[in-house]
Amino acid sequence: MLHDLSIGELADRLAARELSSVELTRHFLARIERLNPGLNAVITVTAAEALAAAARADARLAAGERAPLLGIPLIHKDIFCTDGVRTSCGSRMLDNFIAPYDATVVAKLKAAGMVMLGKANMDEFAMGSSNETSFYGPVRNPWDPTKVPGGSSGGSAAASAARLAPCSTGTDTGGSIRQPAALTGITGVKPTYGRVSRYGMIAFASSLDQAGVLARSAADAATVLKVMAGFDPKDSTSVDAPVPDYPALLNAPLKGLKIGLLREFFDGLEPRNAKLIRDALAVFTSLGAETLEVSLPHLPMSVPTYYVVAPAECSSNLSRFDGVRYGYRCESPKDLTDLYERSRGEGFGAEVKRRIMTGTYVLSAGYFDAYYLKAQRVRRLITDDFRAAFEKVDLLAGPTTPTPAFAIGAKIDDPVTMYLNDIYTIGANLAGLPGVSTPCGFVDGLPLGLQLIGPHFAEAKLLGAAHQYQLASAWHTHRPRGYE
Amino acid sequence: MSLTRQDVEKIAHLARLSITDREMPVYVSSLSSIVEVVNELSRVDTANVEPMAHPLVGQRQRLRPDVVAESDHHEKYQRNAPQVQAGLYLVPRVIE
Repeated sequence: MLHDLSIGELADRLAARELSSVELTRHFLARIERLNPGLNAVITVTAAEALAAAARADARLAAGERAPLLGIPLIHKDIFCTDGVRTSCGSRMLDNFIAPYDATVVAKLKAAGMVMLGKANMDEFAMGSSNETSFYGPVRNPWDPTKVPGGSSGGSAAASAARLAPCSTGTDTGGSIRQPAALTGITGVKPTYGRVSRYGMIAFASSLDQAGVLARSAADAATVLKVMAGFDPKDSTSVDAPVPDYPALLNAPLKGLKIGLLREFFDGLEPRNAKLIRDALAVFTSLGAETLEVSLPHLPMSVPTYYVVAPAECSSNLSRFDGVRYGYRCESPKDLTDLYERSRGEGFGAEVKRRIMTGTYVLSAGYFDAYYLKAQRVRRLITDDFRAAFEKVDLLAGPTTPTPAFAIGAKIDDPVTMYLNDIYTIGANLAGLPGVSTPCGFVDGLPLGLQLIGPHFAEAKLLGAAHQYQLASAWHTHRPRGYE
Repeated sequence: MSLTRQDVEKIAHLARLSITDREMPVYVSSLSSIVEVVNELSRVDTANVEPMAHPLVGQRQRLRPDVVAESDHHEKYQRNAPQVQAGLYLVPRVIE
């Protein structure tokens, strides 16, 4: 079936003119119409725009143009501004917001000929690990509708896993690409801080946020990332460094590659989950890689560090939602303070308000040194631990998440338990490092992910390692029942 | 350390968030548990450690020349505004 083909295979058929982008787009739009009601993964379907974009791609193909993404459909996380299309960020605050321009990521993929099918559901303002904080309701996991797909890129993950699109975009502030990719059995890549432009990507925590890809294989992710990445003068944190040809580098041999097993990630890990991770690492050693145990002593402080830094930055970033220039405004405000307080109180959901208040508290007079500066100091210690580890090893490995997907409703009333779900992914964000999650097996019918973390700008090495693993294993080819 | 209702009311006002009476007890308890988690930071010895604000070493905030690079989009941007008149955003009267 068309939806089982890789991006490379689809591109070949489009190039051979055996298939048109309009046919391909109709195929995925039909799947969205049939399957999305059971998932709630896509919250805006842009069928007319998609068919028009597909027709433009077909015209370019007919004129002889060939490009790896020309005519390939995708779904964007609803955190990316899309000109003329609602960009809600999963919030009531932006339920009525029609973006007036395209995010750089959107513009680049559009220029490469990709066809946007719609916008994916997400945790409100990317704050959540289960996609339950969305104003548009929870997303269901294609592997089990009673389970969460992870978050915050939960809609993107469920959509790609259910084959509603060949790939989707996501963002990762504390694990929001890798964690949902792991929980839905797909591949997710979170690039180095500054690798992909954040212009037009609604800000959550500016020293941590980064955009990336969710796809069904490392090879597909590499193809998309190559186009997304690169310098953008419109983003002051964008790094001006050349983009390697990720797809061309996928077959670098693993012989001699040193992979460090993060001791702290195996402490307390359930034996069945630990076994799957160790089995995956055995595949790497059979391919010529060496594994050795490494310790990052400050890593267990990642969660407390993150839950100071991220809320502090969120409280500052989200101050722009004032009920004046865009977004939700309360009814009949009696004065300006009432307008601010009720527009924000009614427009934001419970978790977003909790994070804004946490951030306001840790930044407030008398607490700034004890919390914010302290967290920034511990952040440096964590980053130094990673740097020391990368003097000994090329990549670090461990589980992406402590457990497979949990039940919808199981953790939503206990924020601290929910936060602990990101315990293995947050470190890479604090240190600005790239990370990949690849499927590595199943526990009780639910997928589990192996996480690889690399030094800054080591995306090619990470994607290559994940690709070699996927050539030697079949976990990424499993399909959720009902979505074949 | 746990936060009181008065603490949370003060934080909410600083953040310009109206919190309903029904929501308040949930925030008092959940913010208290979060503060308990972040208090673990105090166990780490950070003497002589410089605070880290940017994850990439040596990266600096880039500046661009101070020249006009954009055209005027105010009409398009103001289509998203709750209330606009003659190119101006309307808010409740501030000065009587």
